[in-house]
Amino acid sequence: MVPQLSWYLALSAVLFTIGVVGVLIKRNVISMFMCIELMLNAVNLTFVAFSSYFRDVSGQLFVFIVMTVAAAEAAVGLGIIIAIFRNRESLDVDDASVLKL
Amino acid sequence: MTQTNLLSLIIFAPLAGALINWLVGRRLRNERFIGLVACGSVGVSTIIAFYLGFKSDGALRGTQPIMDHLWTWIQVGAFRADFGLAMDRLSGIYALFVTLVGLLIHIFATGYMHGDRGYYRFFAYLNLFMFAMLTLILGDNLLLMFVGWEGVGLCSYLLIGYYIDKEEAAPAAKKAFIANRVGDWGFVLGILLLFWLTWRAGAPSISFFDKTGVTSALATVAGMPIDGFTWHAIFAGGITSVAVLLFIGATGKSAQIPLLVWLPDAMAGPTPVSALIHAATMVTAGVYMVVRCSAIFTHAPLAMFIVAIIGAATALFAATIGLAQNDIKKVLAYSTISQLGYMFMACGVGAFVAAIFHVMTHAFFKAQLFLGSGSVIHGMHHEQDMRRMGGLRKYMPITWLTMCAGWLAICGIPIWAGFFSKDEILWKTWSGHLPGVPVGFNKALWFVGAVTALLTAVYMTRLMVMTFWGSERFREEHVEHVHEHDHGHAVHEPRESPLSMTIPLIVLALLSTFGGLVGVPYALSSLTGGHPENYFEQRLAPIVSSVPEHGEGATEGDIHWLSTPPQPVDGKPAVEVAKADHAEAVHNAEEITQERIFTLISVLIGLTGISIGWFMFRQQPLRHMPRLLENKYYVDEIYDATIIQPILVVSREGLWKLFDIGVIDGLVHGLGRTVIRFGKTVRYMQIGFVRAYAAIILAGAIIIIGYFAYNGAHVLRFLK
Repeated sequence: MVPQLSWYLALSAVLFTIGVVGVLIKRNVISMFMCIELMLNAVNLTFVAFSSYFRDVSGQLFVFIVMTVAAAEAAVGLGIIIAIFRNRESLDVDDASVLKL
Repeated sequence: MTQTNLLSLIIFAPLAGALINWLVGRRLRNERFIGLVACGSVGVSTIIAFYLGFKSDGALRGTQPIMDHLWTWIQVGAFRADFGLAMDRLSGIYALFVTLVGLLIHIFATGYMHGDRGYYRFFAYLNLFMFAMLTLILGDNLLLMFVGWEGVGLCSYLLIGYYIDKEEAAPAAKKAFIANRVGDWGFVLGILLLFWLTWRAGAPSISFFDKTGVTSALATVAGMPIDGFTWHAIFAGGITSVAVLLFIGATGKSAQIPLLVWLPDAMAGPTPVSALIHAATMVTAGVYMVVRCSAIFTHAPLAMFIVAIIGAATALFAATIGLAQNDIKKVLAYSTISQLGYMFMACGVGAFVAAIFHVMTHAFFKAQLFLGSGSVIHGMHHEQDMRRMGGLRKYMPITWLTMCAGWLAICGIPIWAGFFSKDEILWKTWSGHLPGVPVGFNKALWFVGAVTALLTAVYMTRLMVMTFWGSERFREEHVEHVHEHDHGHAVHEPRESPLSMTIPLIVLALLSTFGGLVGVPYALSSLTGGHPENYFEQRLAPIVSSVPEHGEGATEGDIHWLSTPPQPVDGKPAVEVAKADHAEAVHNAEEITQERIFTLISVLIGLTGISIGWFMFRQQPLRHMPRLLENKYYVDEIYDATIIQPILVVSREGLWKLFDIGVIDGLVHGLGRTVIRFGKTVRYMQIGFVRAYAAIILAGAIIIIGYFAYNGAHVLRFLK
């Protein structure tokens, strides 16, 4: 059975939804962060699937760009998380609802 | 047409003086320096004005005006206004007496204002006034004239309110300014309407003179048919409308009947200001404008009719009030209004030259009288109430003698200047005839004029008697005064003023004595031989437009009205009349005889007035006058009740409480409240929980995606 385009898209949708729900319901910053990464990769999967389906390489290029941005985001995001943890002794986002300490 | 840049120096010298006094004088605070700058700059103007007036091809001797085109000020479409000056015979006469009288008053003021804290300010304003007044006179188009017109209004405002610590000064200044604004409204509309008229006639212009690229608006109007004598001509937008609107401007500036209330209050200013602005020069600007635009007025018989009526009514009205005033300056103020009424009456019957002649002689004798009163006030230590004067001729002989000259001049006693001009106005009023007006109208005007002349002589005599004759009433008053204030000093004796004040008084007295001799009418000069022609009239007559003749029959009838044969007048035998008549065929023998009779009548009127005044007030200087007159016919109260209070009430109840508080404030506050309420609602979005933000972003994303899902096809087609 040859994999169809719709399979990839369905998987991608499932992954993206898990990511969205995770960001909304998780309180732990690290978990939320991982959910964001999950969403990014779900999108990457869509790109790759379409690229192979349309025989067009530009989708693959997009994936590279997304991965670069995700790497940068991971660097900055983890830095912020560490800073928050140092200040508040907690990784709960709801504790960080006020800008003042 | 001669071009010379000297002309602009006449107006810019006082401006420079004003600037120097304002910028340098206020730091130096040196009275000698300030006085020198002020008098010097006006002196420069005077010298140049006389040079340009009397040089061999000067404005008064040649036939062409002297022009000075500085720059084109406004050029919009067909509308063009230049910053250009012009000195023809009319503006020349004005420039001469304004600079001369102005110079004398400046000199007087250096003495009068001695020791005042605002010395530099006073002279800066006074110089600025000279600049504005000369711009008004010399401007070669209506708009530049209007600039000067507003300038003198501003300076008048500043100088009336000069004594900032005086309670009545600020409201008086405001009153003058507002009354003038009402007049200016008419003036501006008149200018616009005149431009529109000339534009429709194919030669759009507001200029008085033919210049390169501009034809004279007055010439254009002069070429139009004469307006009919109907009331609806006022609103028809024709020449009559222009004339009436311009005359509204003149009533404001020259304090004629609807707008006369400001001038008496303007006496709150320093006396030199009253002499210069509110007697000699600025208030005659209305007459100047009417005479300058005589071409417009002669083409609007109804406007002439209105001018004559307003003038005569104001003359009589103000003269009766002048009878009952006790403030020496107030008497002179009402006298000024009355004399201005005379001038407008002369304009209204077409005797423009006589009006200008009276403006000139009035400038001399009224400036003299005002400065004389200033000298009295100065000598009396700022006492203005004539009830506390009396017997001053012993203490202030020079002031007394010089004021006698002004007094005799305004009463119209022969030789003195006022005699010739006033007599000419009365004679022209009697003998003139307006087209479309009943014949008796001029006779009625003459009667009003004659009564006014009588009243003038009475109240001026009263002023002189109360001030200079009789018991020395200041003594008792001052004793009381000293007791009240526990001064401990001896009574202040009135003293004669310093030379800087008496010399201008003497010069002006000489001018008011002999100044009228430039305009001796033929009927009188022919009695003695010598100069047969009326020099003044001969100079000015070509400049002004004359009333078109409408049938000789009416005037013929008038001549036979007095059925007396030629009579010996002034001791000369009647034969002389005929002889002189032979020499000048132009003059009608009967008319000359009649003119002489009328001259005699007006002399008698003057003498009668003086004797009435003398016998009424010599013994009883404090005689009570009718209350109605003392209270100025309650004009101020009537205006207050009918105009000012309604405006105040409408402003307070309607505009302020209803509109401002209700609508404007309601709008502003309502807007603010709406914004606050909206903010209160929306701020719950910013609670600080990251997951809430994420949810909002998600919702937004879903909405956008939903939109594309439904309308995607359209959007994509659009993008392509």
